[in-house]
Amino acid sequence: MTPTVSLNTGHNRYWFVFGGMLLLVAMIVGTMIGPAGPTWWRIPLEFLDRLPFIRINSGVSEQDWNIVWLIRTPRVVLAAIVGSMLSISGASYQGVFRNPLVDPYLLGVAAGAGLGATLVFAFQRGATENWIVDPLPLAAFVGALAAVLVTYVVGTAFGTTQSTTTLILAGVAVTSLATSIQAFILQRNTDVVRQVYSWILGRLSSATWGDVRLVLPYVLLSTGVLFMHRRLLDVLRVGDDEASALGINVRRVRLIVVLAATLGTSAVVAVSGLIGFVGIIVPHAVRLLAGASYRRVLPLSVLLGAAFLVFADIPSRVLANPAETPIGVVTAFFGAPFFLYLLRTRNSST
Amino acid sequence: MTALGFCDVRVSYNGIEAVQSFNDLLHSGEWLCLIGPNGAGKSSVLRAAAGLVPYSGSIAIDQKEIPATSARWRAQHIAYVPQSPLIPLDMNVFDYVLLGRNPYVRHFSWETKHDKEVVGDVLERLDLNAFARRSLGTLSGGEVQRLVIARALAQEAPVLLLDEPTSALDIGHQQQALELVDKLRREQGLTVVSAMHDLTLAGMYADRLVLMHQGARVAEGSAKDVLQPNILSEFYGVSARVHHEDDGTVVVIPQRISTR
Repeated sequence: MTPTVSLNTGHNRYWFVFGGMLLLVAMIVGTMIGPAGPTWWRIPLEFLDRLPFIRINSGVSEQDWNIVWLIRTPRVVLAAIVGSMLSISGASYQGVFRNPLVDPYLLGVAAGAGLGATLVFAFQRGATENWIVDPLPLAAFVGALAAVLVTYVVGTAFGTTQSTTTLILAGVAVTSLATSIQAFILQRNTDVVRQVYSWILGRLSSATWGDVRLVLPYVLLSTGVLFMHRRLLDVLRVGDDEASALGINVRRVRLIVVLAATLGTSAVVAVSGLIGFVGIIVPHAVRLLAGASYRRVLPLSVLLGAAFLVFADIPSRVLANPAETPIGVVTAFFGAPFFLYLLRTRNSST
Repeated sequence: MTALGFCDVRVSYNGIEAVQSFNDLLHSGEWLCLIGPNGAGKSSVLRAAAGLVPYSGSIAIDQKEIPATSARWRAQHIAYVPQSPLIPLDMNVFDYVLLGRNPYVRHFSWETKHDKEVVGDVLERLDLNAFARRSLGTLSGGEVQRLVIARALAQEAPVLLLDEPTSALDIGHQQQALELVDKLRREQGLTVVSAMHDLTLAGMYADRLVLMHQGARVAEGSAKDVLQPNILSEFYGVSARVHHEDDGTVVVIPQRISTR
């Protein structure tokens, strides 16, 4: 085998610049493309015009601007938030469980949120239209958090060793339980199957600035906590025993990381549904590109995860125009081949 | 001066006592080797000292009892090399040894320049400098073993615990690893506790051997005192010859029981 050069030093910065640029390009392109609205090239000009001290006549009408600002932009921003949150959660889960196949839905987030949403759909979605608070994201959020809490309490209470296996198995059990209840409810309310199914596949089509405001505090809190733990995630890579012997309270670190990642994931799942694949593919792509240290993996996952989902959302709007293609379909359809390509090129070069 | 003291240390797993009242006092720079058949409790003593299993009784360093709650304090005073370390193959050598500085880094902070200097120094002393930027997956078994010892040294702890440090190494690398530990012990006054299966090597390097059987200490002393055919036969169930070299080395050779 040939020596592998570490990317620990100077190359570091370039990846962050690259990630930042990619995200910027994604967001600009994301606001430019859509089924309705002004001509694409006028939009960046109009954005510049709205900055202080810059005056450009972009020729965008007020009505067109509303399409861009009230429909497209929140959607792009939400995609960026959701993409970054799912990616950093996935990376963190993979870190504390030392398992590359783990995704942020591992401990029951997906099933819990799905059950919560199903309950709302089943109890007459139409009747909730006039409610002050939309119960759908709330129910999904509460369902997701509750499922993970049950998993954690059961998993740690019955786990005789410090191993994570019990916790993961508890997650499997809670997921099955929630899914079976969900299936039972769907069986009795077959009229909402379609709605639930479309929610499960994930969508950003109804994104508003309200959604962005709703999830942002949770995402910022969660991302902040995870960032603070990125050095400790590196120490955990040598295993629970050795990390303990190196002075880390492994159970506490794992609990905090899992809670933070779950909080953020539950929040984004509540507004976007279950967008699969992002939480696995983005952290791994980052590892293949920039190395496996969590000091790089977490921040780069935020940038590349955001960019990835913003890009993935574009075909989801235009592919089956005027219908929406579920974004979960797009992420897997484009993500999987790209990931295979990365695996192949990286494995042949080392 | 007592560097490491065990006082009535007991370890149980699910009500079964793996270590029964272990007492010992080690002076600074002493090398104590725990020997005994599989399941005798050697590893449990080491794991207790490293804070990896709950125990009753007390373990003290420089006559100060290790606080049960501070993993950091413990890690600053005791470095532990497990039997089969988990090696993240895509981590590089420098970053791996840097993990040894974790006990000195505040939780949400970063390693300082000093920490990196310590690591550079350790790599230099162990002749690992050339490897600094290589990933662990590219190293051989012997290099990895040296690296794990390097990480333990980066902890700058006065006590080094080695669980079967040589079991995965060939005869040459066994010698290298043990010579290295011995050299460090003499140069820096490291106090070493190791668990070993190779009795000849244990006798060659340790100052004192403690033979454990079913959680209890059953014999202790120099290699000459402990490595006797009748003792080995009683506790290992082995039929062995013991050969005394002129330089004092005690060689243990198992004998064939069946006849050809």
